[in-house]
Amino acid sequence: MFSLEGITNFIHEWLNSHLPATFALLVEFVLVGVAAIGLFAFLGLVLVWMERKVAAVMQLRLGPNRLGPKGIFQTSADTLKLIMKEALTPDNADKLLFNLAPFVVIIVAMLILAPISFAKNFQIWDINIGVLYVTAISSLSVIGVLMAGWSSGNKYSLLGAMLSGAQIVSYELSAGLSILTIIVLTGSLKISDIVASQENGWWIFKGHIPAIIAFVIFIIASTAETNRAPFDLAEAESELTAGFHTEYGGMKFALFFLAEYINIFIVCAIGATLFLGGWMPFHIGHWVAFNHIMDYIPSSFWFFGKTGFLIFLIMWFRWTFPRLRVDQLLNLEWKYLLPISMFNLLLMSVMAIMGWYF
Amino acid sequence: MFLKEYFLDIYKATKSLLTGMKLTGYYFTHHKEILTEEYPENRKSLQLAERFRGEVIMPHDANNEHTCTGCSSCEIACPNGSIKIISKFDITPEGKKKKAIDQHIYHLELCTMCGLCVEACPTDAIKMANTFEHSVFNRNHLIKRLNKPGSKIKEGIEE
Repeated sequence: MFSLEGITNFIHEWLNSHLPATFALLVEFVLVGVAAIGLFAFLGLVLVWMERKVAAVMQLRLGPNRLGPKGIFQTSADTLKLIMKEALTPDNADKLLFNLAPFVVIIVAMLILAPISFAKNFQIWDINIGVLYVTAISSLSVIGVLMAGWSSGNKYSLLGAMLSGAQIVSYELSAGLSILTIIVLTGSLKISDIVASQENGWWIFKGHIPAIIAFVIFIIASTAETNRAPFDLAEAESELTAGFHTEYGGMKFALFFLAEYINIFIVCAIGATLFLGGWMPFHIGHWVAFNHIMDYIPSSFWFFGKTGFLIFLIMWFRWTFPRLRVDQLLNLEWKYLLPISMFNLLLMSVMAIMGWYF
Repeated sequence: MFLKEYFLDIYKATKSLLTGMKLTGYYFTHHKEILTEEYPENRKSLQLAERFRGEVIMPHDANNEHTCTGCSSCEIACPNGSIKIISKFDITPEGKKKKAIDQHIYHLELCTMCGLCVEACPTDAIKMANTFEHSVFNRNHLIKRLNKPGSKIKEGIEE
């Protein structure tokens, strides 16, 4: 049976039998870094293509269909074009911050990858405060956005960055509270513990209505945190001419674009881990034969399947819903999502104390 | 009462968002709804709308007869001078001179397909065709003569 765990174990043993332990560890560091960058590039290409296809079909179009079967190489060609373009720096930009900002955004996205469990025993760093780490690091990406907006020396960029800052900071609250709702049930911040606690059923099923409310709030908040439509005020193509990355071109723009898709993948991965059982197969109570068949599907397939489903859901939102105005956006967060998620957390705590969950 | 409105708002918002998602979800799963035409591939089966305006033509019947009287209404109506009427004088059997069309020159490269000439024509001699593959390597090929050589006006149009 295909498993990523087998591959990593094989590499680890092979390196340790040929190299001293320290060098083996260093080589593993490099391999992990290369694998992470490879995953980024792959995700960027595939998700952009997927987004364009989903958008096209929902708007009764065909989408990219010329380059390769179903236009699958279109995004590779676009990337090639972006690499060859000149990434110029405007005259009145703050040169250092301007050039640093895309890297801050992408490095933050890369850091969040560390505690995510991609498959059974396949994780870069199983840190014991995994979920806290993710929420803490993901709030850093707003610094990169503000940096880009401020240093561009352009009022549109600055406005876009400020909107983005207000949005990310406020929606982080309800995202955090809905994550906490699940933490109340698991009693652990460690990603592997959270996944293990869902062996007999995913939290979205076991946690009754509060878990479903938390899931909905998490999806809304994470859509807002990744600055995607219907919360894409920060970019606002029509009125802010793309907001904080107006002045960026070439590969620097591509890094922002890539970071957006990586962030979508990461929030969906977190959502899948917390609510949909991470890499846990789908099990139904006492149906032994059914559960056994589900176990045969490799755990990495389960993880990427669930994450892909959530990504599709977020894309579905983007191509269906109208965009919110800035006051509506903040109303939604402070008047609706935050009180509801606070109440929901209280309800879930009562349920956890009384043991009213499976 | 405030709480009632609050939850009613949430209910209404959720309902209307789900209605939207239902429609896009339907489109996502039903690919037959897609409107895009893949042009060079479907050239043979291409169905253009009746009202599509590709170029001005002058229909001729089987006897090589058209209905153009050479009145120059189209030339006057054309906003950017794409049409030039060259007229001649025929001698009728009674021995009178009569104005008739010699050449109806149509500059496709200047035409904006506004259709004003077709509307101005009193005898419906010209109309818009829906051919649209007009690219040529020499733009002189875009200057067209609409009345065919040797064609004449149909009997009974001028009365």
